[in-house]
Amino acid sequence: MTIRRRIAVATTGFGLLALAAVTLAPLVGSTTISLRRAFDWSVPFADNVDAQIFFVARLPRTLAGALVGAALATAGVVLQGLLRNPLATPFTLGVSSGAALGAMLAITFDWTLGIAGISAVPAAGFVGAACAVTIVYTLARAHRRGLSTDVLLLAGVTLNAFFSALILCVQYFADFADAYRTLRWLMGDLDVSSYQPLATSFPLLLVAFGVFAWLARPLNLLSLGTDSAETRGLPVTSAQRRAFFSASLATGAAVSIGGPVGFIGIIVPHLVRLIVGSDHRVVLPASALFGAAFLVGCDVLARTLMAPVEIPVGVITALIGGPFFLWLLVRKT
Amino acid sequence: MLRAAEVTFSYHALAAPVLRGVSLDVPADGFVGILGPNGSGKTTLLRVLAGTLQPASGRVSLDTMDLSRVSRTTMARRMAVVPQDTHLAFDFTVLEVVLMGRYPHLATFEVEGPRDIAIAREALAATGTRAFEDRLFATLSGGEKQRVIIAAALAQISGSGLEPGILLLDEPTAALDLAYQLEVATLLRDLQRRTPIAIVISTHDLNFAAGLCRTLVLLKDGLVLAAGPTRKVLTAENIRALYGVEAEVQSHSGAGHLVVVPLRRVAPGTPP
Repeated sequence: MTIRRRIAVATTGFGLLALAAVTLAPLVGSTTISLRRAFDWSVPFADNVDAQIFFVARLPRTLAGALVGAALATAGVVLQGLLRNPLATPFTLGVSSGAALGAMLAITFDWTLGIAGISAVPAAGFVGAACAVTIVYTLARAHRRGLSTDVLLLAGVTLNAFFSALILCVQYFADFADAYRTLRWLMGDLDVSSYQPLATSFPLLLVAFGVFAWLARPLNLLSLGTDSAETRGLPVTSAQRRAFFSASLATGAAVSIGGPVGFIGIIVPHLVRLIVGSDHRVVLPASALFGAAFLVGCDVLARTLMAPVEIPVGVITALIGGPFFLWLLVRKT
Repeated sequence: MLRAAEVTFSYHALAAPVLRGVSLDVPADGFVGILGPNGSGKTTLLRVLAGTLQPASGRVSLDTMDLSRVSRTTMARRMAVVPQDTHLAFDFTVLEVVLMGRYPHLATFEVEGPRDIAIAREALAATGTRAFEDRLFATLSGGEKQRVIIAAALAQISGSGLEPGILLLDEPTAALDLAYQLEVATLLRDLQRRTPIAIVISTHDLNFAAGLCRTLVLLKDGLVLAAGPTRKVLTAENIRALYGVEAEVQSHSGAGHLVVVPLRRVAPGTPP
């Protein structure tokens, strides 16, 4: 099968899956609604309760899941390619924690970008993520053959501990209501309750995805090693910089929406590679779509498993992802 | 064609230079061997020739053009490097690995077309790895992997009209057993017979170099100890000076080339 065909088949397959997840997930909940009535345009929106529940109450949350899932899964793919290690993910490397710290500072102190009061949360998340990636990247550069799994995991543990301490510190200074709100968010929470957080993060995600598209082929070459990539004509340093910038951007934006939801960046790319192979031109779009479907699915579980109590979606992904990660680690050694 | 003149290089400004005024000439049909003990600068010299490292002084030129002024893409279409061993971070198939060699021939968002696939298959056929096309690279043996990486290198320098291509191999047999060493040697010899290609290898296997290379450069502590046609350079005196090993160099009728038999270790520089 030619590469063009492989991309088309994978995108169609995983695209249908994502579409199904996004349209069906809002139907699940305490009030049963019908898809046909929700999309019945002959009834005015003000009178259409099903449409109101679908579009106002549930769809923003579902779209949040889709965007966060797509962003974290692809950021995982890019970090794995950049560090030449399939166990690298935004969560385990501490990149999500960095983003969480940045976003949290912006939430707690109500930072805005100064342009029409647009929230600075995604931008601050990006800065936090970029700090964490810079540290990991500096470590990686010292090792020409790619970062060993040991160093990678230790660096991640250290960064996570470091950022967690700072997060606790920020929380200590926040007032009680804020502290509760951010605590929920830190567990991974997609209950955005409006389209506004999605709208502020979307431009950042768009830029990140654009760079990811450019990165697909360079990431293939980088898996041969930096020297081999360079002698095949790849401008290695600029490709690495773009990878590290775009992965930070995606993680920052995703975390600012849904908090540091863990393990998406490892579960999704691994399953995708098992199905479509390792070519990043197929893996990246497939991971974005499957990541979207996966997190939306996890969120449905989070909402229904112990209804009416909602479990934070980060708990669900950690319950699935933790054992999965350990299994990969054992299999590798 | 590819030429290094008085090249000096050090990895850090304060560290002792790894290469100290090294000159080397690779003719269009050349088969050049770079010999020397561990740490003598073989790999560094190869990387300077490949343009991956920039010399601190001296110059490297390709067809009389300074290498630093040749674009990355042009250089990659002309010159390919085969590293000592290749570990892929992810599971790619053999054909995918060879197609990665086509990178410098494609525009940013262009995908490999039928012509690239044809070139890749030709390269696989030339290295006897056509049957592995759909296998995962990681499942191959060391010798098979090396042949596939050579195929990727061939695919990289093929079909651009910029001929002859140049193949730089860094200790291509260091990680291979005897059978695979012979296999790679035969492959390289056949390649040069069939296609216009210049080959440069670094190695510390004297007999491997003696059987393949037309010219040798002996490197010691970043200096050229001797350079010239293999039969002139590969002498007992030079081997003693290079490795501190007393050796017998004979012309082997069966092998058809010089054969080096190491006898015992002596302090370097002691007279025979």
